[in-house]
Amino acid sequence: MSALVQVRDLARDYSMGSGPVHALRGVSFDVEQGEWVAIVGPSGCGKSTLLNLLGAVDSPDAGSLTIAGERVDRLDDRAATTFRLRRIGFVFQRFYLMPALTAAENIELPMAEARIVRTERRARVQELLGYVGLAGRADHRPSQLSGGEQQRVAIARALANKPALLLADEPTGELDAATGLEMIDLFRRLNRDGTTIVVVTHDAQMAAAAARRIQMRDGAIIAEAVT
Amino acid sequence: MPFRLALLALLRHKARTMLALLGIAVSAALLLDMVMLATGMRDNFQGFLLLRGYQLRVAPKGTLPFDSDATIDSAATLVAAIARVSGVVAVSPVLGAQSQTTAHDSTVTAFTLGIDPRVQGDYELLRGADLADSVSIVANERWLALTRHRLGDTVQLAVGYDPQLRTVVGQRAFIVRGVARFFYTGTTQPTIAMRLPVLQEMGGNARRDHVSLLMVKAGDDVDVEAVRARIQAAGARVSVISLEGATAQVEQRLAYFRQLALVLGSISLGVGILLVTTLITIGVNERAGEIAVMRAIGVAKRSIVTQVVTEGLLLSGVGAFSGLLIGLVTAQWLERILADFPGMPATFRFFVFQPHDAGLALGMLGSAGVLAGIYPAWRASSLPIAGTLRREAVA
Ligand SMILES: Nc1ncnc2c1ncn2[C@@H]1O[C@H](COP(=O)(O)OP(=O)(O)O)[C@@H](O)[C@H]1O
Ligand SMILES: [Mg+2]
Repeated sequence: MSALVQVRDLARDYSMGSGPVHALRGVSFDVEQGEWVAIVGPSGCGKSTLLNLLGAVDSPDAGSLTIAGERVDRLDDRAATTFRLRRIGFVFQRFYLMPALTAAENIELPMAEARIVRTERRARVQELLGYVGLAGRADHRPSQLSGGEQQRVAIARALANKPALLLADEPTGELDAATGLEMIDLFRRLNRDGTTIVVVTHDAQMAAAAARRIQMRDGAIIAEAVT
Repeated sequence: MPFRLALLALLRHKARTMLALLGIAVSAALLLDMVMLATGMRDNFQGFLLLRGYQLRVAPKGTLPFDSDATIDSAATLVAAIARVSGVVAVSPVLGAQSQTTAHDSTVTAFTLGIDPRVQGDYELLRGADLADSVSIVANERWLALTRHRLGDTVQLAVGYDPQLRTVVGQRAFIVRGVARFFYTGTTQPTIAMRLPVLQEMGGNARRDHVSLLMVKAGDDVDVEAVRARIQAAGARVSVISLEGATAQVEQRLAYFRQLALVLGSISLGVGILLVTTLITIGVNERAGEIAVMRAIGVAKRSIVTQVVTEGLLLSGVGAFSGLLIGLVTAQWLERILADFPGMPATFRFFVFQPHDAGLALGMLGSAGVLAGIYPAWRASSLPIAGTLRREAVA
C-alpha cells in the first residue's frame, strides 16, 4: 500500500521586489498512515511554506503532492477547500480561534460547514472537549481561556471532521514550558489513538517526542532521523 | 452559522454598529418621508379642491375665491340664472365674514360662513345637528375650545365690528347645534357656519343679497369646460374658474417636486449604501486573520460571502425598519406643523402613507444592503489564505 502523504520534488518560490525567494527547492518524502513526523530547522528555512502546501492552503510551483490518493497540487480553489475541510486538521501557532464564538461553537464550526446534523455535531463537540480535557469549558469564549486551553480547543476543532492528517505549525510556540509539555502529552495520545501528525517545531522536546524528524535548511531537507 | 457569525461580528463593536444603524435609519426615514410627501401632494391636491364634487368656482370679477373682501351682489338672481344653465347640477352660495363673541374676558373672532345647508360643500358634521333654523350654528372644535362652549349653549354673535367706532352692524343670539370639520380652513382657525340669509341680514345693507362665492357642480357626464363657458356667458360680473385647469397646473409643478423628492431620496439611499459598505469593509479588514483561518480549516468562499452579505442585510434591515418608524413619526410631526400654518385647510394631507411605499422603501434598502455587502464580501472571500496567515502571525 502506498504512503498516506507522498511529496515529490515540491518547490515554491515567492516573487519579491529584489527577485524570487526560493522558499522550497524540491523536497521529497513520504508520511505513512499513523506516523508522527516533526519538521525542524532554523527560522526562514521553509517549514511553514511546506506545511501550507501539505494543508492545501497554498499551491506549489513545481513537483507533486498526493494525500490519501488525491493529487492535492492539482486541486482548484473549490476542491482544495473541500479537501481541507474533510481531510486536513490545521493547528496554528497563535491558536486562531474565532473570538466571538464559545469553545463549543469553535469546534462546531467545521462540522456545520460540512453540513453535519446538529445533534450529531453537539455530541461530537462534547466528545472532543472531553478528549482534550476541557469538558467544563464548553461555553467559555477564547478570551476566558488560558493559552494552553485555547490551543486544546484549536486541536479539538482540527479533529472535528476526523481528518486524515493533522498539521501543526509551532503549536507550542506561544506556550510556557509546562503547558508545552502538556501539549506534547496530548499529541502523544493523539498519535497513539491513530492520528497521523506532521508538526513544525522549534521545541526540542516536541521534536524528540515525534517518531521521525525531518531537518530542513534553505528550502531543502538536509537530514532525517528516526527514533 | 453564517447568520450567527454575522450577528456576532456586528455586536463586537456595539457603538460603531449603533452609529451605522442610526445613519441608515435616518437615510431610510428621509427616503420614506420623501416618498410619502410626493404621494401625499399628488393624491391630495385634486381630491381636496374637488371635495364634494364642486368643479367650478364663481368669484367676483378678477378675483380668486376668498382672495379679497369683494362680494357678488344680486346673488339670488345669479344663483337662479346659473342653476338654469344646462349641465349644472347644483349651486352652493357662500358668504364669508368675521364674527365676534365674548367668552369670559376675551373676544373670539371667528371666520363665519353663510351657507345653504342643502347644497353646502364646506364642512362635514361630526356631532350634533345641522342648521335646522335661523338660530342654529355649527362650529369647529377650535371655536368651541376658545369660547369654552358646548353643544346646546346659547351664544351672542356680532358681525361687522368696527374697531374705531367700537360698534357692530348686527348682533343676535344663536344656539350651538353641531360640531363640524371645515374643509377649507385650518384646524387652528376658529370657524362657524350659519344659514346664508341670517348672515346676510346681520351684515346690514352692505351684505344684503351678497355672496363671496358660488360653488357649482356640473353633471358627471358633461364637459366641465363647456359648462364653465356657458356660466361665464350668463354672468358678466363674475369670474368662473374651473378647478381641473387649476389642478392640472399644480400637478405640473408637483411633478417637478416629485422628481426632486426621488433624487433626494436616492442620494440618501446612496449615502446609506456607502455607510454600510465602509463599515463592513473595515470590519472585514479587522477580521482578515479570522477569515483566513476559516478558509484554512475548510470554510467555503460561499459561506464567507453569505456571512458578509448577511452583515450588510442585518445592518440595513434593522436600520431600515427603525428608519420606517422614525419616518412615520417625523411625517406625523411635520404634518402637524404644516397643518398649523395659517390658512392651511384641515383636509389637506402632505404625507400619505401607503403600505406599498413602505414596501418599496424597504425593498430598495434591502437591495441596497445586499449591494453594500458585495464589495467587502468579495474582498473577504478572495483573501490569500497563506499570505494573510503569515502577515497576521508576524503582526
Ligand atoms: N508570502 C510570502 N511572500 C514572500 N516571501 C515569503 C512569503 N512566505 C514566506 N516567505 C519567505 O520564504 C522563506 C521561508 O519562509 P517560511 O516557510 O515561513 O519559513 P519558516 O516557517 O521555516 O520560518 C523565508 O525566506 C520567507 O521570508
Ligand atoms: Mg514558520
